Amino acid sequence: MSDTAGTGTVKTGLPRKNINEVVSAGIRRRYAAERRFRAYGLAAIGFAIFALTTLLVTIVGTGYSAFTQTMLELEITLYPQDIDPEGNRDPKVLSTANYQALVRQSLRDLFPEVTTRQERRRLNGLVSDGATFQVRRAVLDDPSIIGQRISILVPMSDDIDQFMKGHISAEVPESDRRVSDQEIAWLERLQDRNLVHRTFNWTFFTSGDSREPELAGIWGALVGSLLTMSVTLALAFPLAVATAIYLEEFAPKNRWTDLIEVNINNLAAVPSIVFGLLGLAVFLNFFGLPRSAPLVGGMVLALMTLPTIIIAARASIKAVPPWIREAALGLGASRMQVVFQHTLPLAMPGILTGTIIGMAQALGETAPLLMIGMIAFIVDIPQGVTDPATVLPVQVFLWSDAPERAFVERTSAAIMVLLSFLIVMNAFAIYLRKRFERRW
Amino acid sequence: MQILVLVSTLLVLSLIGYYLGRSRAVASVSGEASRLHSLPGYYGLYVALWCGVPALIVLLAWLSLEPWIVERLLVASLPESARSLPSDRLALLLNDIRNLAGGNIVSRDVDPELRDAANHYANMRQIGTWAEIVVCLALAVAGIALGQRYIAPDLRARNKVEKVVMAFLVISSTIAILTTIGIVFSLLFEAIRFFRLVPPSEFLFGLEWSPQTALRADQVGSSGSFGAVPLFAGTMLISFIAMCVAVPVGLFAAIYMAEYAHPRFRAAVKPVLEILAGVPTVVYGFFAALTVAPFFRDSGGFLGLDISSESALAAGVVMGIMIIPFVSSLSDDIITAVPQSLREGSSGLGATRSETIKTVVLPAALPGIVGGVLLAVSRAIGETMIVVMAAGLSANLTANPLEAVTTVTVQIVTLLVGDQEFDSAKTLAAFALGLVLFCVTLCLNIVALRVVQKYREQYE
Repeated sequence: MSDTAGTGTVKTGLPRKNINEVVSAGIRRRYAAERRFRAYGLAAIGFAIFALTTLLVTIVGTGYSAFTQTMLELEITLYPQDIDPEGNRDPKVLSTANYQALVRQSLRDLFPEVTTRQERRRLNGLVSDGATFQVRRAVLDDPSIIGQRISILVPMSDDIDQFMKGHISAEVPESDRRVSDQEIAWLERLQDRNLVHRTFNWTFFTSGDSREPELAGIWGALVGSLLTMSVTLALAFPLAVATAIYLEEFAPKNRWTDLIEVNINNLAAVPSIVFGLLGLAVFLNFFGLPRSAPLVGGMVLALMTLPTIIIAARASIKAVPPWIREAALGLGASRMQVVFQHTLPLAMPGILTGTIIGMAQALGETAPLLMIGMIAFIVDIPQGVTDPATVLPVQVFLWSDAPERAFVERTSAAIMVLLSFLIVMNAFAIYLRKRFERRW
Repeated sequence: MQILVLVSTLLVLSLIGYYLGRSRAVASVSGEASRLHSLPGYYGLYVALWCGVPALIVLLAWLSLEPWIVERLLVASLPESARSLPSDRLALLLNDIRNLAGGNIVSRDVDPELRDAANHYANMRQIGTWAEIVVCLALAVAGIALGQRYIAPDLRARNKVEKVVMAFLVISSTIAILTTIGIVFSLLFEAIRFFRLVPPSEFLFGLEWSPQTALRADQVGSSGSFGAVPLFAGTMLISFIAMCVAVPVGLFAAIYMAEYAHPRFRAAVKPVLEILAGVPTVVYGFFAALTVAPFFRDSGGFLGLDISSESALAAGVVMGIMIIPFVSSLSDDIITAVPQSLREGSSGLGATRSETIKTVVLPAALPGIVGGVLLAVSRAIGETMIVVMAAGLSANLTANPLEAVTTVTVQIVTLLVGDQEFDSAKTLAAFALGLVLFCVTLCLNIVALRVVQKYREQYE
């Protein structure tokens, strides 16, 4: 090392000590640059991880409290003269009786000192409108309880619920707060008598959409998603596999197949909202299919996921080594038999992985469904593919627009459900890939 | 529901056809299957296809034509006064008749005439449904009978079945082309109608966007102007911000992962990027509106800046986060495709790793990375949910990222969500915007795919 440095001194005429310094300073500089460069890379990855954690923490942090609901234990006397004056237990009479009055009466019994109209209205506002339906359901389920005094857990209104969960602070001046001091005082008395409970929010998983946050649930959207996905799968999977088989195994190399390939690659990158416009113009306006229906939503999403599945299926078919085909052909199989009895079964794990990933994409898609009217406010659970329905991501979108504080946590909770579906699907795809992956 | 039952019945019939055909084929050679031209199963499939395919084709045609024919018949049966109504009033009347027949709420008083028409309509629908079921089932049974008759030991059943399968494969592969044609035509058709109302020059170069058209001719202040420049500017602004986040982060992440990272580190970080890629856009939108936008607004207030709560910045940054995995996975592929020999040559000359990357690997990978970035730009332009939830609605021609702007996709959604009338410029404008969006992303995609492909060929 010192020898070469020595010759360098002679040639350039620089002092011996200096060149060493120059070189080592250069090396120091270059190594510092190297370290900086690495640090940029790490910082970039760190940023991505930070973004993901912030996202997840925000969602879970605002959403976890939606899985519980504040309930009030009410003692309700079911006076026969109010519910069923004629006493023949006719379901029609039972279902039209004034249960609201019973609920209100029972609240008034708890606070006999409340007399003015205004105060009474506020007191009634403590419990959700759902309480009425709940009492009615209890009576319809078992008419023999009429005449008894029953104890029933009814949901409290969304504002009270939010207050109990600490999302509405009592520190804020009363005028800026959705819960008044008097309501807080009532609530404290109810708590002292141990009537306020926090239970698992079953409503959230079993009911459809509602204007009242405490009655709103995701079941309708989940069923809608399921119906839509079934249509998508039923259409996209066979078509995509058939296309992939044709392009990989049979298609001659000519302009036509080139055109098909270019089209598939482009469709994979077309913005999803354009597929929505296509659905609106072709399926709804031209063919006159019903608006807001999972059938149309499924068709649009099928067109959208086709390229994804086709590309995955082609890659997977291509990966099957040619000697499998040659061996089968050598034994006298026809080309079609080779494909369906040998190539396709071997390629199936890869195709399924691609299909699941495509379906996960479709499950999270929102924009095209807005175009075909799956954004309507729908309370009923859809029964078939032509009923109006909405899907989980659209439900998230709808709730995110609602002004009530309670809908924020429900939006986050719905996102948590959506994300867990996606994670399960992707995990299954990874499992399939790991379990059945073959190296030839 | 009836359709589902009908289709399952057809499937069951096809299954029966399969077994009938199979056993008939075996019986025709008195059990010596080797005398058959094809395997017995192919004869079964042959009959099953005869049973199922014609019936299904007829069913599909029926389903797509029936509403149209029934409507024609219904209009023909209406009294003369109703038939001479203008087309939109007639459509309303027909809608009411349909609703009445379906037991839904009707928008007008129900008179006996309307009731008659509704009954007539319901009758026709019922007759249609029954006729459809009868025809399809008859076709299926006839198909079985016909297929059975054709079965003979020297029938080339396998070749025939394979021909049908082949036809199915070919037809499936044209779906991609049909979809593209469908997109182009549906956009073009409505856009042309829009351009009849609003000249293209005004649409493409106008500086004012307020799509509210007047309901009455004498209404003030809502004549509607369709200059899309503010939308294009807003889209570009947000996409630019997104790229400013996504390209450096995605690229550096890809470089680190491809060149430096220990395999174990790679295995740990890759899922993070995959999860980022898998998060639905509506979730990003909610995140932007709930967390990022208020954060920017508050920190702006702290610094004395006036940041709108629907700022382009928040939407752009979140969109950038969404695109990071897209950029990084594309760049990762491209960087790993650079031949190892180039790196070794550079290292052999004494370059450090970062020098190798900067002077050898990146220049070699540049075309591919540019292609990837172009694809990412086209994603950003077409992204909808994030901007719908986090960006503004008012068309604002500005380059200030702290203000609210609106984008092409936001306007498409706002114009088309809710009630639509397909004769107003407002609704049709959405299709014109869609056409622009489609053309721009198509050009970007074609160029990008070309570039990436060229690059791949270079090193393969």
